[in-house]
This record gives sequence, structure tokens and C-alpha cells, in this order.
Amino acid sequence: MQHSSNTDIGTTAPTRPPRASYRRVFLTFARNSLIRDMTFRTNFVIECISALSWMFMNLGLYLIIFGYTDSIGAGTGWGKYQFFVFLSTTLFINSLIETFFMPNTEEFSEQVRTGGLDFALLKPIDTQFLVSFGKMDWSSLANFLFAIVLLSYSLSRLEYQPGWIEFVLYPLYVLCGVAILYSLMIALAALSVWLGRNQNLYDFWFYITSFSRYPMEIYNGPLGTPLQKVFTFIIPVLIVVNVPARILAQPMTQPKWQLAVFALGATVACLGASRWLFLKSLDSYRSASS
Amino acid sequence: MATVSTPSTTPSELSARLRTWWIILRICIEERLVYRGDFALGTLMRFLPIVTQIFLWTAVYSSVQTSTETAADPAGQQTVAGFTRDEIIAYFLLTMVARAFSSMPGLAGGIARSIRDGSIKKYITQPVDMLGFLLLSRIAHKLVYYTVATLPFALVFYLCRGYFQELPSAEIWVAFIASLFMGFALGYYLESLLGMIGFWFLEVSSLLFVYMLFSFFLSGHMFPIGMLDGFAIFPGSSWSWGDLVRILPFQYLAYFPAAIFVGKIQGDELVRGLAIELCWVLMFMALSRIAYHRGLRRYSAFGG
Repeated sequence: MQHSSNTDIGTTAPTRPPRASYRRVFLTFARNSLIRDMTFRTNFVIECISALSWMFMNLGLYLIIFGYTDSIGAGTGWGKYQFFVFLSTTLFINSLIETFFMPNTEEFSEQVRTGGLDFALLKPIDTQFLVSFGKMDWSSLANFLFAIVLLSYSLSRLEYQPGWIEFVLYPLYVLCGVAILYSLMIALAALSVWLGRNQNLYDFWFYITSFSRYPMEIYNGPLGTPLQKVFTFIIPVLIVVNVPARILAQPMTQPKWQLAVFALGATVACLGASRWLFLKSLDSYRSASS
Repeated sequence: MATVSTPSTTPSELSARLRTWWIILRICIEERLVYRGDFALGTLMRFLPIVTQIFLWTAVYSSVQTSTETAADPAGQQTVAGFTRDEIIAYFLLTMVARAFSSMPGLAGGIARSIRDGSIKKYITQPVDMLGFLLLSRIAHKLVYYTVATLPFALVFYLCRGYFQELPSAEIWVAFIASLFMGFALGYYLESLLGMIGFWFLEVSSLLFVYMLFSFFLSGHMFPIGMLDGFAIFPGSSWSWGDLVRILPFQYLAYFPAAIFVGKIQGDELVRGLAIELCWVLMFMALSRIAYHRGLRRYSAFGG
């Protein structure tokens, strides 16, 4: 879809340019980013190591915690290896977000402030696509690779073995999780159009998503239950990791399947809502500078 | 000054000096106050993760009961590394206060950058001492930070007052405050020393990254250091990771003040801890002086 109001500047509508091949553009972006990363190879390696170090530190914390307890929360079923399945799922989702979307949305708010967004608006391709996929940070995939190792190891240590349906659903729900987080991110980025500058955007995103990084069962009690409801049904960050992780780590129950169905709907709703917000924000965009 | 004709110029020299430092401090404060709204909001948001932390640790403690390794304290509450659940949450809140004193965002990196791009020249050509100037600018930063952040801090501590059993005694308060100030000094001199390694190696960012990682993990910001006691350095050794971490200076950046406040360090241990911390501060103070002097001699003024 194109923003004709922004792109068609001429008085007479010119012949429509051929529809952009999104797949080819995407592959070109990926290739260019890889070339850029490979130009500074040592830097690339250092970035991979730094991403892995943060992850190992996090893993270290949980190893220490599991030195003192058998599970996160009594009776929740999140024992050591179940939780490591959960952690690998978090890693999959976060590394995908960091690879594809983080470098771009980060730049988007800066483009709004400097007026560089004009450049993106003039291109004969969907602006949201261009803004979301322009750059890729390949080094963040280091954690993705590690997550495969961690997931395989943890699954091999579990008594419960998921069936083939679960294995098929897992990647689907990981992608749903990525889509939900992406929607949240692009919605926050869109806000920067109205706010002019949104420096706390990333902090905010980080803090909101920090709720997603633990099993949802830990949020209970007079404060926890409402929190759980809000972050499941209003800002659905809790289902991002919980649904896929649960599918692999523990036997699914009736309410969990219901939640999984809800997650599909939530993904579609989030993508739709953020898309709407993004287009709305472009309408209010008034080029800065010049 | 009234006493112009006095042969000794020391008093007026001193007052001129004090005035210089006062002006520097004032400029830095004004500079920091430019974005105060953003600042207060950012501070309040920084407490959001404590919410997830409360739930996480509550969940951990709820399942500790079934675990055999940990013992209940006399009152019958479950403990992990000597902390009850309420204590550990109070501890995490307090480490945030401690980190607010000891963390020096961008200090080491800034020094290293000014060495690399040559802007450190301004300290050489002007009669201003770099370590003193930067120290004042950090003090200004912290002063402003605390003025603006008091409200969010007070709000969060008020909401979390249930986790604090009783207020500590006057001595503990004194020790706590002393450890906070020393934590500030330690953080400052440690980071500036790291930055000045840039005199010898122009690129220190990977070194800084390693430091950041260590200080984050070993300062007690993520868990009380006592939790490391159960883990031997290598299988069969009588030394645990906890023993190793207690030798390092990182614990004074977060763990030590917080543990004092919740009463985990008392008596002789407390006095010894404070003395050792003071030694660390003096050592890094001296080392950074030496590094600055030696470094300037090596310095060859790159850049424009």
C-alpha cells in the first residue's frame, strides 16, 4: 500500500511504477547489511561476543538461582530445564527483534527529528516496510544460534517430550511473539512523530518487555493478577514468550490452548493497530529542517 | 580582598582557587538541570524492573520451601544466602541507591575519547586539573540527580515500605552513608583510571565492556554476593566464587552499602569492610594521579 498523499507530488498522476518486489528488496537489504558487517570483521566478532556475554551473565543468574531452588514459583512447573526452554525462547525472540527491527526503529525517531524521513517517504515502496527492514544487525544472531544449543540441551533433559504438533506450533508462536514485540516497537516509534523526540523510547520498550521475560504464573496476588491481565489482554507482552515456551516445555492444558488461540488473534490485532498508528503518525509528519 | 599588602598571598590564592571550583560546580549544575523533566520521568521508569524483580524473587522464595539446601531462619521464614524475601527486596531497592552513587556513566569512555581525539589538551593548556574538574562535574551531576530523583525515590520507597522491617540504628545509618560516599569516590577513581589506560592503548572500549560486565555481575546488583558461596571455584576446592568476589573492589559499588542497611554486615566485619573500602579508594585515587602524570608525559596530542 502506498501513501499517495505523500508520494504523488506531481499534478498529473504519473503511470504507476511497477510494484516493488518486497522479497528482492528485503534480500538486498540483508545482503548489504551483511556486507557492511563483514567489512569490519573484528568489530563483528566483538559484537557477537558482547551479545553472548550479556546472555551468559543472565544465564549465570538463573544457574545461581537454581542452586537454591527447584523451580521458579512453587507448583508452576517451571523447573530448571523447563525454565531454560523458556529462556531459549526469550533468546530466539529477542535476537530476531535485535537483528531486524532494533537498528531500524532506533533510526526512525532520529529521522523524524532531523527530517531524514522525507527520503523514505519518497521511495515507491511501503514506508513502514522501508523503515522496519532497512538495516540488519547480523551479530545479534549469535544469541539465536546459542539459543538453539540451549533449547536442544534443555529438551533432552526434560521428561516431558512434546509431540510433533508442538514442534510445528513452536516456530509459529515464536514468530507471533516477534510480531507482537515489533508492533509495540513501531507504535512507540510512531509516537516519536508527535513527540518530536522520544529518547526514553528504548528504555520504555525495554521496561515494558521486561515483563515478558518471566513465566506469567509468577504474577499473582492482589497486584500480580491485575498486572497479569493487563499485560496479557491489553498490552499482550506476557504471551510473547509464555505461549511458545509453554508449548515445548510443559504439557498443554485446556486454558493454555485457549491462551494460544488468543495469542494468534492478539498478534493480528497488534500488527493491525500498530500499522494504523504508524500511518496515522505519517499523516502528522511535518518535515523538519530545510 | 582587604589584605592586599600581606606578603603571603596564600589566603587570596586559596580563595581564588575555591572560587574557580565553585564556578565550575555551578556551571555543571546548570548544565545538568536543562533536561530535568525528562530526567525525573527516566528515574521513575528505572524503577519499573523492580516490579518484575519482586515477583520473580517472591516466586523463587515460594519454591525454596520445598528445597532442602536452604534453612529457615529462627523466625521460621525461608532464607536464601541469609536473606529472607523481604530483606532481599529491600536489598535490591537499596542497591539502586548505591548504584546511583557509584555509577559513572560515560566517564571512562569520555576520558579515553578525549585522549584519542586530542580534546584533553584543554586540561593541559588551561590551569585546571582534569581529575579535579571531572570530579566536580560528577559531584554536580549527582547533586542534581538526587534533587530531581528524590521524589521518585521517595515514592518508590514509600510504596515498598513493607519490605523494610525496621529502620536501622544510628551507627548503621552512619556506616551506610559513609559507604555510599566512598562508593561514589571508588566508582569515580576506578573509572577514570580505566579511561586513562587510553594514554597507553588508544582504543579501550572492549576493556571498558569487560569492566562493565564484571561490575554489573559481581557488584551485587543482580543478586547478593552471599549467593555465590555455594559454588566452588573449581570442583573440590574450599574456595567459593563468593570468597573470590569478596576480594574484588566491585562489591563496594552496590552490595556493601545495601547489605549494611539491611543489617547483614555488623560489628567488626562492618568496621573492617569500611576500612578496606577506604584503602581501595585511596589506592585508586593514588593510581589515577600516577596514571594522569605518567600519561601526560606519554601523550602526543593527536587530532586537531
